[in-house]
Amino acid sequence: MRGEARTKLLGALALTALALFVVPAVLDDGTLAMLAPAAALGLPAVGVSVLTGRAGLPTLGQGAPFAVGAYATALLARAGLTVGPLQLLAAALAGALFALLTGPVVVRARGATALMITLALGELVATAAGRWTSVTGGTDGLAGIPAVRLWWGGAPLTDDTALYRYLVVVTALALGATVLVLGSPLGLLLAGSRDHEERMRAAGHRVGAALLAACTGAGALAGLGGALLVTEQSYVSPADVGFGTSSLVLLAAVLGGIGSPLGALAGAVLVVVVRDQLAARWPGHGPLLLGALFVAAVYLLPDGVAGVRLRRPGGGR
Amino acid sequence: MGLIDANLVPAVDGVAFGLLLFVAAAGLTLAFGTGDVLNLAHGTLYTVGGYTAAALCDGTWRGLLLALVAGTAAAAAGGALLAALTAPLRRRGHLAQALLTFGVALVGGDLLSSAAGPGDLPVAFPAALNASVLLAGHRYPVHRLALIVVAAALAGAGQLVLTRTRAGALVRATVDDPQMVSCLGTDPRRVHAAVLVAGGALAGLAGVLGAPVIGPGPQSADTVLLLSLVVVVLGGLGSVGGALLAAVAVGEVQTLGVVLAPDLAPYLLFAAMAGALVLRGRRSGTSWRRA
Repeated sequence: MRGEARTKLLGALALTALALFVVPAVLDDGTLAMLAPAAALGLPAVGVSVLTGRAGLPTLGQGAPFAVGAYATALLARAGLTVGPLQLLAAALAGALFALLTGPVVVRARGATALMITLALGELVATAAGRWTSVTGGTDGLAGIPAVRLWWGGAPLTDDTALYRYLVVVTALALGATVLVLGSPLGLLLAGSRDHEERMRAAGHRVGAALLAACTGAGALAGLGGALLVTEQSYVSPADVGFGTSSLVLLAAVLGGIGSPLGALAGAVLVVVVRDQLAARWPGHGPLLLGALFVAAVYLLPDGVAGVRLRRPGGGR
Repeated sequence: MGLIDANLVPAVDGVAFGLLLFVAAAGLTLAFGTGDVLNLAHGTLYTVGGYTAAALCDGTWRGLLLALVAGTAAAAAGGALLAALTAPLRRRGHLAQALLTFGVALVGGDLLSSAAGPGDLPVAFPAALNASVLLAGHRYPVHRLALIVVAAALAGAGQLVLTRTRAGALVRATVDDPQMVSCLGTDPRRVHAAVLVAGGALAGLAGVLGAPVIGPGPQSADTVLLLSLVVVVLGGLGSVGGALLAAVAVGEVQTLGVVLAPDLAPYLLFAAMAGALVLRGRRSGTSWRRA
């Protein structure tokens, strides 16, 4: 068991180093900038993989905590607080708080009902983002957000490669924290209540509290994703946080083999590459390509991208 | 009296909008009831009707009639396609089916808008429908009154089919208890497929009829899907009578509500939807959770 944990840790470090140093050496700045949205979309997708894959609660509303995190970051940055770690902390807390407050409504539901409750919550937040003009700038959004700094007094991160590395580090840390939590008793409790809820309840486990914790964690991840979105595009508007975003995030998690956090991230990269790169060669057909990807994923990859490689024995879904 | 008079036009608009939504959403609620599957391509079926109307309506009655027939048939074919595509995924659970319909919606929406252009399309209805009449002292477009009449007739006919015919009884039985239907010798999957086709036809018909209200455009599929979901949820999943009441309520919120409480109305629909889902509790069971 310890050996396996060490292999995984080494694999994660190698993957992070690869993303940090090899990828920027191979790709030019423009392509790196194209990859940046994958981090913003990837973290909410990791949250969906926890909530839907591990805890069994389908969600179409991760755009909501994503929006809360994004707007919190944008407002802080416009107020002059451009220190990255503080922005991230604030966005994660805001997303988690939103999820904690709305979670009791979500965790009582299951199945399609949960899907629709989350969808309604997401639409409410997107509506608020479009109409609460004094805070969110309405449909015009908030523009002119100053670049993020690594620390107090640091230089603003404007260089594409530096920005990319910042996104990679944040994503790797968030992913690592997620995997640690999923490996803890809480992760097992979530898997157990997904598969045999009644039995878990009968055994005295507090299924509702565990689901609420999963919800809050997914909210924090989505909030972090929102912060990265603002960092990466220096702009946020209601169009970034609506139904479209929630469904792309779900698609990324499904492509990644719903339940695998790393797979969800890979799914987000795939979604962003298809949406931005392939669609640039064939203008105006992003939705067609994404839809085809969706259909192909549902038919061909029942376990997602992550299902192609050998699953580790007893691996959680 | 002054208040009623001032708000008469939006109130009647709300009835027209609500009945249109009911025709559009009836198929969604029945498909959900019979198959427990959320059809996220439903809005696209509506736009199939809308784009057909934009292509075939040339301001003559013949063009409108042609559009009604062609739009209904095309959307019914779309429903059949969805039934055929989701059938092999039945064993894989409901999430896979919902995701597939979403993928189909993206592909279909893109094909439609690339065939017709990116903007909202105008639809030329016959001149007689574009005229207006006096309604209690207000000028009111004939088209909306005609929409109310036709949609109410469709709702009545649908209710008759559902309550008085053998096919309707089969659909209601499948909503209530698919296992029992299966025991009685009818495959509930065939009922579900038939409901998808019929619901698609209704959505396409609504798309043609409602083209002047929610016209064909890149946003209309999402608009119709989200409003239909609100109607389906507020009306009680799988209930047609409830959907009718909910649709008119949603229509009033979207028209009268915007006039009376412009700050609250945009939130009201989804807040009501979330509230209804919470109050009704765990209705659809544990079907999405893999055993």
